[in-house]
Amino acid sequence: MTATSGSFGRPMAPKPSLRRKSSRGSILADRAATVVLWGTGVLVLLILGSIILHFALAAWGVVSPSFILSDPSETTLGGILPVLWNSIYMLVLTMLIAVPVGVLGGIYMSEYASENAVTSAIRFAEEAISSVPSIVVGLFGLILFVDDAHWGFTALAGALALTFFNLPLMTRLSEQALRAVPQEERSASLALGATKWQTIRHVVVPLAIPGLITGVILTAGRVFGEAAVLLFTSGIGTPPHYNFTNFDLLNPASPWSPFRPATTLSVYIYKLNSEGLGAFKNQIVDGSAAVLISMVLLFNLGARGIGRILTRRLTAS
Amino acid sequence: MNGMRRMSALAVAATLVLAACSANATPSPAPTNPPAPTTAATVNCVSGSITEAGSTALQPLIQDAATAYQSACPGATITVNGGGSGTGLGQVDGGSVQIGASDVLANTKLATPDADTLVDHVVCRQGWIVVTNLDVTGITNLTTQQNIDIWTGTDTNWSQVGGPNIPIVLIFRPQSSGTRATFLRLVLGGATEATGGQTLTEDSNGAVTTAVTKTNGAVSVIGFSYYNDPANKPLLNGLQLDGVSATIANVGNGTYKLAADGNLYTKGTATGLTAAFLDFMMGPEVQGTIIPKDSYGPVSMQ
Amino acid sequence: MAQMTTANRLTGLRARPGLLERIDVPRRVVFLAAVSMIAIVALLMAFIAWQGIQLFVKDGVSVGEIFSPTWNPLANAGPEFGLLPFIAATVCVTAVALLISTPLSVGLALFLSEVAPNWAKAVVQPSLEIFVGIPSVVWGWLGITVLVPFLADTFSGPIVISLPIAGPVFSMPGFLTGFSWMAGSLVLSIMVLPTITSVSYDAFRAVPQELRTGSLALGTTRWQMIRHLLLPSALSGVLTAVVLGMTRAAGEALAVQMVIGNSPTMPAAITQPLTTLTSQITLDMGNTVFGEPWQDALWTMSLVLLIISITSVVLVRLINKRRLAS
Repeated sequence: MTATSGSFGRPMAPKPSLRRKSSRGSILADRAATVVLWGTGVLVLLILGSIILHFALAAWGVVSPSFILSDPSETTLGGILPVLWNSIYMLVLTMLIAVPVGVLGGIYMSEYASENAVTSAIRFAEEAISSVPSIVVGLFGLILFVDDAHWGFTALAGALALTFFNLPLMTRLSEQALRAVPQEERSASLALGATKWQTIRHVVVPLAIPGLITGVILTAGRVFGEAAVLLFTSGIGTPPHYNFTNFDLLNPASPWSPFRPATTLSVYIYKLNSEGLGAFKNQIVDGSAAVLISMVLLFNLGARGIGRILTRRLTAS
Repeated sequence: MNGMRRMSALAVAATLVLAACSANATPSPAPTNPPAPTTAATVNCVSGSITEAGSTALQPLIQDAATAYQSACPGATITVNGGGSGTGLGQVDGGSVQIGASDVLANTKLATPDADTLVDHVVCRQGWIVVTNLDVTGITNLTTQQNIDIWTGTDTNWSQVGGPNIPIVLIFRPQSSGTRATFLRLVLGGATEATGGQTLTEDSNGAVTTAVTKTNGAVSVIGFSYYNDPANKPLLNGLQLDGVSATIANVGNGTYKLAADGNLYTKGTATGLTAAFLDFMMGPEVQGTIIPKDSYGPVSMQ
Repeated sequence: MAQMTTANRLTGLRARPGLLERIDVPRRVVFLAAVSMIAIVALLMAFIAWQGIQLFVKDGVSVGEIFSPTWNPLANAGPEFGLLPFIAATVCVTAVALLISTPLSVGLALFLSEVAPNWAKAVVQPSLEIFVGIPSVVWGWLGITVLVPFLADTFSGPIVISLPIAGPVFSMPGFLTGFSWMAGSLVLSIMVLPTITSVSYDAFRAVPQELRTGSLALGTTRWQMIRHLLLPSALSGVLTAVVLGMTRAAGEALAVQMVIGNSPTMPAAITQPLTTLTSQITLDMGNTVFGEPWQDALWTMSLVLLIISITSVVLVRLINKRRLAS
């Protein structure tokens, strides 16, 4: 018996039947419902707690500075440096494309858009692409960038496919952040003789920055965990040893180059499960998963923390 | 035994590898200055960056060879990608990667005009072994006929082939996989495999291994390199085929029949780093040391 | 106050618009950014649709054939591209996942919105965000290492539900292997839990506070208020949540592929392995070559997935339009 098993009625206003006095039975039902609802909260916490505990225990003795800073190995525990680097690299590359376009799109939707066919088409597109399975986006990237453009598996192909995937979220979160700026700020600015664009640039956007940063970080967390898109676009393999002093962006051997295959941490977990070898395989997966979850945790905490600090600073000025 | 095999393989490789190389790779990717067989350490270093993609069955070998080549030649970057034989063939044909690895011949996947533009380089022999969950005790060998009975669904319990009273759970590779095609051709003789009910499909050697170890009565087929991995071997019951042990030596002398060539494809004649790396694959270090270490067979066994 | 800060921000700005603004460049730029979304979606739909129909156009498979229950691209009598097992499995796995997840998620949303004291909210809400952030490959890995062996070991015998007097009322064969429909649904149910919870939570919060106080003032209990007032008022929001959860579940690839067993058969028992559209695509895409009929069939599956997700977007819009209208 859970909270949803009650029958759904239509009316918005309380039913006449509600006007009766609470009977003993209804009080008991209320108690039971309260217990059940508390139970769901506790259950979800328990599930999450046990998952985190599972990985904390599994990663104990695996995750260490050397695990984070070494190259992968089949004969020893090795490390995850190149794949972790690729995750961060892909994240930055994706955000370089998605943030400007997403914020600008958000500005249009919040400040300029009127309710017309184009606006509703944009909204539909937003909803459509956020519901498209990530594997379909990955396959789209596979044909468009990897095969048709003959780029092969490259970080750039992966980043563009991820941008497709994340742009709607980025746009929507930006729009929300901008809309949250009170209308009187805009009116005041316009009343003082500022143009619309000056108002947006110097009043609305600065005030919306905490929300915008939260949006960026939440989107970034998704990039970090995504694997299905990247499997088909940025490749799946064990990366070579990276020479971080090679800054030649056009040389596929450089870890800074977008024109090279880039297996990320999430993809690497999938790879180890499919093709991993060596006595340490399972430990490496557990360690990688723990690192991945910790990063996502950091992103979420970061989004909250930075948002709070910026809000305080900006509202205090 | 192992050491002896390595020794003999080394000797064979040292003397035969160049002949094998030019005999199998058409046209020959041999460079103008082939490394002398006596100086195993000589590597023809070419700088640059290439990508390999395709067969996961060949991936451990190519990965190790690429690592060895790159440590000998710091100017070279060789990225090894999996993806499956189809990916390898499709992408080398499309020009997205320089080397495409495949367990099956190109003309089985690609249409003729495309397949003809690809050059096949046989770099090794590879074998597969039938493995079961450890609870299938008392079975060390399956004959071809028993395999057919099991994989077509005629036999559904291990007791029917002399094992314990446990239902057989078949774990296939995807129909599109090279491993499954090879097994179907060499062992099942094209018989119609069982479907539905309690058959599983896992898309890689690793996933298959996990599924076999976690499923009672499970049977599947994996590559030697995955079977002989120290993490996997103690968890699996490896079976003989028609009384022949699944060893490289038996692949070499032709008695173990579940084996095939490992093919690396290039679009047209290989050049530059691609050619140098393919030479390295045929050279003594890979053929004599890395190949036996990773449980493949040298091309000289062909 | 607002005027003060705004004035501060504008100090030193030219009152006259710059050249760029006079020809309306900013507006054009932001418009372009927003419209790029339409371009991406149009491009994506066109590409997938084009690839998806190749099976019919180029390979001469009739549309009716894909609704056959037989998938056997290697059949001796010629390939059979029946997609029904995958479509049915996607529907079944998603349905059971929602059956498990919806009561739990809506209960959790009610807990957060109506029952939980602030400290409990402060613990549960960030936890949900962490749930969202756990990548699907990690769920798949947990599924393989924990859930699959658990199902196989615990429920290997026949599963029988008995009532004290009536005796056994339900029985089915146990798990021959943990890789199963059930494993897929369980993994998915946890993965969609945050989506359904957060969207339903928003729907409950959107119900005006006065209605709650009004109802409680009339002497109803909290549960009566929830049941007769809150749930009906938030119904369309909850339905939206379920549809969004359904979309996510149907489109999830790697986690499901890792635990479901990938057997291309029609669903019959929850203990059996199945293969969904996404898991079959993951399985075969790498092993097939672009342009061969086999891979064209995979693109057709992608098209089916795309149609499912677009349909669900339209569905959500219809639900919300009805809410606004009523």
